[in-house]
Amino acid sequence: MEKLKKKIRSFSFWNWVIASIIFRLILIYFPKNLNLCSRPEVSTPLTSFRRLAEGYWLKQSSMSPYAGSMYHGSPLLLSLLGPLTVKRIEGQPNHLLYSLVSVIADVVSAMLIRATGQNLQVAYFGTLKSLDLVKQIELSEVHSSGDVAALIYLCNPFTIVACVGLSTSPIENMAVILCLYGACSRLVPLAAFGWVIATHLSLYPAILIIPVHLSFVLAICDLLLGYGPDAPPRKLFLQRHQQKGLSSQSKLPPGFSWGSIIHFAFWALLWSVYVLVLCGISLKQFGGLWEMFKSTYGFILTVEDLSPNVGVLWYFFAEVFEFFRNFFLIVFHVNILFMILPLAIRLHHRPCYLAFVYVAICSMLKSYPSVGDSALYLGLLGWFVNELSDMQFSLFLFCGYVGVSLLSPVMHNLWIWRGTGNANFYFATAMVYACLQIVLVVEGVSAMLNHDRKLRSLILDKPRDAKS
Amino acid sequence: MAFLRRPLLLLLLVTHQFLQLWIASGSVNEEGQKQEEFYEELLLKPLPDRKVLTHFHFQSSAPPSTSNGRHHHLFPKAISQLVQKFRVKEMELSFTQGRWNYESWGGFDSIPSSNAKPPGVELWAVFDVPQHLIDALWKNLTHTLSGLFCASINFLESSTSYSAPEWSFPPALGNLRYGTLPREAVCTENLTPWMKLLPCRDKAGISMLLDRPSIYRGFYHSQRLHLTSTGFSSEGMDLGIILEQTLTVVLQPNIQRASLARTSEKHIQPSWSLSSIFGKEVNGKCVLAETSNVYLLLDRSLVAELKQLHKENEKSAEIVLTSENFWTNSNFELSAKPDRIFIEESSLLSKNSSILYKFEIEKYSEFKPFDLGLTWKIPVGWMCQQAPLHASRFLMGSGNERGAIAISLISTQPSEGSMGANFDGERCELRVDVFQVVPWYVKVYFHSLQVFVDQQPKAVSDIIGTIHVSPSKDKVSPGVMELALKLPCNVSSAALTIEFDKGFLHIDEYPPDANQGFDIPSAIVSFPNFHASMVFLENDYLNKSPLLSKFQEKSPVMSYTEVLLVPLTTPDFSMPYNVITITCTVFALYFGSLLNALRRRVAEEERFLKEKAAKKTGRIPLLLSKLSAKLRGRRPEPPHPPPGSSSLVNSKLVLKVVLVAGLAVCWQYYIS
Repeated sequence: MEKLKKKIRSFSFWNWVIASIIFRLILIYFPKNLNLCSRPEVSTPLTSFRRLAEGYWLKQSSMSPYAGSMYHGSPLLLSLLGPLTVKRIEGQPNHLLYSLVSVIADVVSAMLIRATGQNLQVAYFGTLKSLDLVKQIELSEVHSSGDVAALIYLCNPFTIVACVGLSTSPIENMAVILCLYGACSRLVPLAAFGWVIATHLSLYPAILIIPVHLSFVLAICDLLLGYGPDAPPRKLFLQRHQQKGLSSQSKLPPGFSWGSIIHFAFWALLWSVYVLVLCGISLKQFGGLWEMFKSTYGFILTVEDLSPNVGVLWYFFAEVFEFFRNFFLIVFHVNILFMILPLAIRLHHRPCYLAFVYVAICSMLKSYPSVGDSALYLGLLGWFVNELSDMQFSLFLFCGYVGVSLLSPVMHNLWIWRGTGNANFYFATAMVYACLQIVLVVEGVSAMLNHDRKLRSLILDKPRDAKS
Repeated sequence: MAFLRRPLLLLLLVTHQFLQLWIASGSVNEEGQKQEEFYEELLLKPLPDRKVLTHFHFQSSAPPSTSNGRHHHLFPKAISQLVQKFRVKEMELSFTQGRWNYESWGGFDSIPSSNAKPPGVELWAVFDVPQHLIDALWKNLTHTLSGLFCASINFLESSTSYSAPEWSFPPALGNLRYGTLPREAVCTENLTPWMKLLPCRDKAGISMLLDRPSIYRGFYHSQRLHLTSTGFSSEGMDLGIILEQTLTVVLQPNIQRASLARTSEKHIQPSWSLSSIFGKEVNGKCVLAETSNVYLLLDRSLVAELKQLHKENEKSAEIVLTSENFWTNSNFELSAKPDRIFIEESSLLSKNSSILYKFEIEKYSEFKPFDLGLTWKIPVGWMCQQAPLHASRFLMGSGNERGAIAISLISTQPSEGSMGANFDGERCELRVDVFQVVPWYVKVYFHSLQVFVDQQPKAVSDIIGTIHVSPSKDKVSPGVMELALKLPCNVSSAALTIEFDKGFLHIDEYPPDANQGFDIPSAIVSFPNFHASMVFLENDYLNKSPLLSKFQEKSPVMSYTEVLLVPLTTPDFSMPYNVITITCTVFALYFGSLLNALRRRVAEEERFLKEKAAKKTGRIPLLLSKLSAKLRGRRPEPPHPPPGSSSLVNSKLVLKVVLVAGLAVCWQYYIS
């Protein structure tokens, strides 16, 4: 019976996967990709397909791809995806090959999410088992978080739009997910590779180094104690063991293991040198690496392009007084960095969740956000579907997301195309979107903390129950 | 005041004898070096659409010399100083209002190809300095010219508004900078300083005709200043400079009511005279001028048409037009007797030749003013010669997000498409150069360039021979596109389209009337294989006249396209405070609520902490717990305060204050 159920579930999972792929292909065959590739929600200056094509054209006509302020992506992306922007197959849509690459990237990401999610779930059950809490949590309520997360990622309209809109965010998301997958499966080189590529492509994933490290540190604990990469605090285990009367002190590993960090640092260094050498080779006859850094990272950090997107910074920097500009640039970027430490202290026992929170914060505060970034963190949210089951405001958040994603294009149309609205209406939707993301992050963090509290109270109360 | 009086004084002083004396002294000097010279000329030309083209041409030249030093007889000192200071090799500045109508006013002659200019201000300059110094000199030059001509040429100083074309701009010589201000309003305040450069101002000679109201009533007027210096020598020798000032005005003569009344004469070209179009007459020449001539040019096709008409009536049309009494022939009548007649050498391109009548102003005086009039007797219709392709440019797309620029080239000669083109083996090719500057906020996607020939899309590499692109950099430099198209000779239409995204600017970068839109400067379409030149018979005389020798020069045919107006999206200009406060509120919400969620502890955790604090007797954990309790807004229960702790706290507090103050002092010192 149980097996059959599982079979049905997995069958329906693959059905959904195939349905989402077919849906993407149908959308790709629409003429002109439904003009999605020039939507501000999909293509930011960093992820725009047309800018990639322009960069490739410039490179082909022996000019630096960074000449002019068109292309701001990685030179590697230009060498890999650039040829696909001009290759055409007779009788097929213009950018079929490129779209297929995006679809494949999406599917690969979904599969990696699924594998990681299953990994996490096994660890979760292992934890519960080791804490003797399995009975307390009814199994019928437990969803297969890997499948859920993968399906959320694949069927999310944001992901579909980003994929069909030919932006490069599916590739960037894949790099981030690869990094997390490597971290959770304890594949140090893979994790380092994913981290280096993700950082190279969009800078912000650099802060994922903390959760990745934590997961390695925990992985070593895991080897010794047998609990997973995402688990309740170690203190609980301590208390548990003390209650059991075990002398677990000797078993506990040192809190911080330098070995794994050095291992990771070595691989990260290796990969980054490798990536930089490749970039240097591809930009040899042009401005070199300095130009690349200036027009990729520099462009991200100084918010030069003020074209509207789903974030709030474009309008802010279009309106703010010139002499305050640098101050606010620092303030907004430091806002991301400030939260790293408190979150890491409080959630150090759950590196995957920490990674999710970081990704969500980055996609909220980054200079050129797009719906592709939201697609990533919403997909990762699926991993914690069991832990976050009692999150507050989830209906409100869902309705908010739907409302914003319907209203934002309308406001954009009114402002840009019809000229009847003005910028403030569109900015208001961006504002609401930012608030929704804030609520999601804050509620998510408190729900996770509450979940850990619940587990602890279960542990602490159990012996008392037994005593009484 | 003294400055103003000088020309009057000069006029009073200069008598006929003085002039002779002066000329004699000039001839004495001649063996050593040439004298400074000034020529004034006026060209009149009837246009097919009942308008008259008047083209004033003034030329001052200062030969290279050592003796003059910083002083000049005739040459404007401001210009020579400018050339010397900025080491200008060649420069052209034009102020234009209105658009040259290439279809009806012609596009092939040397007047339209060198004097038809884009609306607003156009400035280009070639410098005689190494590459890295050019930009600085250009900036200074724009400021100087801005002051000299009372125009906002200084806006060309910013690197976003000028460009350095490599080869497609015809006077391409390297070291060239090119900039335009399409929206500059041109008025009399720009004409007056321009006029001040003339030795006689508008007090005598042909320039007396320059009556402001009539000029600015015209359909098109373009004042141009072109200067060429003859290179810099290493010694202290002065430069030879040739300053050429032209004013091209297209006017509509006042149509007399009487002729209008009769419907049969509606098709007759309007009759005009200098006094009717300018309201003034010429009272003799400017005495400082070497030559002072007025020309009347009859276009090739007009002459052909007249001949045709004559053939119907009489036998020998050629003789009638050039014979002694031609000026009162059956077609038209001239009110003054021309002194000479020139006939253009019939060229390969067309069998017809234009006719030029010359009038010498020298013969006229205050008592016998010169007033040339042209009275048509029969209706005549003709077409001016066109450039091989008529270029026009327009915008495609709607909305404020993206669009496309299209340049369309339509052949003007449907039958003889092969004329003058370059025969390249078997394929006949027509070369067209396109030079286009786009401001940075129009973000052009060069990969989206598409070429259509005869409405059929063609591969870009087949049509475009050479392409030079310098993409725009945000807030730094404009985008420049130079294309050399190789079109088949029998092309009837060609089109180029290129897509762009509209940029979004900071609120300070919008001009005062932001919703009016932004201008994309004219594109220049030139035909390097076609040359506009008029070669007249009797060359010996013509060399003396700068205007006519200008006509004989081979200048490539070029035309300017329309200026495009691109509306850009505007943010709400009244919102900066609201946006700043609202955005900061959202950020504060994020920061505060997330930190609050992380900091919140429930009862048992607190108890655990307290137990921990109770266990440890150290001072620092105690203080920490105290601090945390304070942060939580509860009264800390003092377990057993050790004596003297308060003084310790105080000393610590003092230490902290001192530390902060020290930091502040350091910071202040560092900043200053």
